[in-house]
Amino acid sequence: MSKKSKKTYNRSLFWEFFKIGIFTIGGGMAMIPQIQQVVVKDKGWLSEEEMVDCIAVSQSMPGVIAINSATYIGRKTNGFSGAAAATTGVIAPSFLIIILIVSFLGMVGENHYIQGAFVGIKAAVCGLILISAVKLGRQILKGPFQWILAVAAFLAIGVFGITAVWAVLAGAVVGILYNTLWLERKNREKEEEK
Amino acid sequence: MIYVTLFVMFFRIGLFSFGGGLAMLPLIFQSVKDFGMMTASEFSDLVALSQVTPGPIAVNAATYVGFNGAGIPGALAATLGVALPSFILILIVVQFLERFQESRGIQGAFLGIRPVTVGLIAAAVLFVGETVLVNGPIISAKLFTEGVSYFNVIPVMLCAATLLLSGVFKVKPITLMIVMGAAGALLCG
Repeated sequence: MSKKSKKTYNRSLFWEFFKIGIFTIGGGMAMIPQIQQVVVKDKGWLSEEEMVDCIAVSQSMPGVIAINSATYIGRKTNGFSGAAAATTGVIAPSFLIIILIVSFLGMVGENHYIQGAFVGIKAAVCGLILISAVKLGRQILKGPFQWILAVAAFLAIGVFGITAVWAVLAGAVVGILYNTLWLERKNREKEEEK
Repeated sequence: MIYVTLFVMFFRIGLFSFGGGLAMLPLIFQSVKDFGMMTASEFSDLVALSQVTPGPIAVNAATYVGFNGAGIPGALAATLGVALPSFILILIVVQFLERFQESRGIQGAFLGIRPVTVGLIAAAVLFVGETVLVNGPIISAKLFTEGVSYFNVIPVMLCAATLLLSGVFKVKPITLMIVMGAAGALLCG
């Protein structure tokens, strides 16, 4: 990649993540619909599968989920400088807004319109994440093995309150076992038949 | 020096936070108290501020505590501190995954991790929904026994409108968030 196009990429990463940062309301997962739209669909920086891997890693590592995913996507798209650009972009809105509020308003206190806007945005985020889950599900849940894991993870995390990292680790172990004990054996049997 | 204290304090918060969001508040409170950076009432201001400020709560907290303690350089030191652990750890993980992406172990692991992540995203609907759609826990018999009064009617309608506009008419997420934010300000404000 030439130096110039690298710079253009970084500017674009910063700006897209700046916009994503403004609308990260109601937790890090609120980014998912926007990442899917911008990073996967509009810009084509990641495939849908890579995006799912990014979410899995961001959720299971310590640290701030929004920063984890910005660093991951920036690094994948444009190396170290891309990671720096996306991370700065996702942090900048919070940073600027907090300083502006504290400097000029002292404290926001109870602004009903802002609180109402946040209620509306969280309601939208709720529906948008559901749609993301359905879209990704169509792509990833191709058979009974995948369906069972997804439903088990949903119940473990959503209903029984298990921390996401344990579900991801359990998924990794089950995946490794499934791969070695089932898929590879099936492949070997096929080859023997030949 | 106060900048170093701020940096170290928030580096620690960034490093030991799991799960994100409101789950981080107790950890943040413990740390700022240990370092004597904040009183309980200032902390409650911070919580209130985070409720009406976009972005990750940890970053909001770092900027707020840093700025109050030592102006803009303080805000920079604290924010850099909270972001660096994520940044460094993720760079290491991506490097590791790229090197071993062809290995049987990693490929097998992701065969299991991907479907789990779909379930995880679906579960996030419950977590966000609980904060805005219902008056109480979202997994509860009250959903059926208490009738309409258990639901916040306007947010439920905004959520339904979002589902329709995004699912059927393919309206972009950012547009929908702006529209529903404006609707929320008018109807719930």
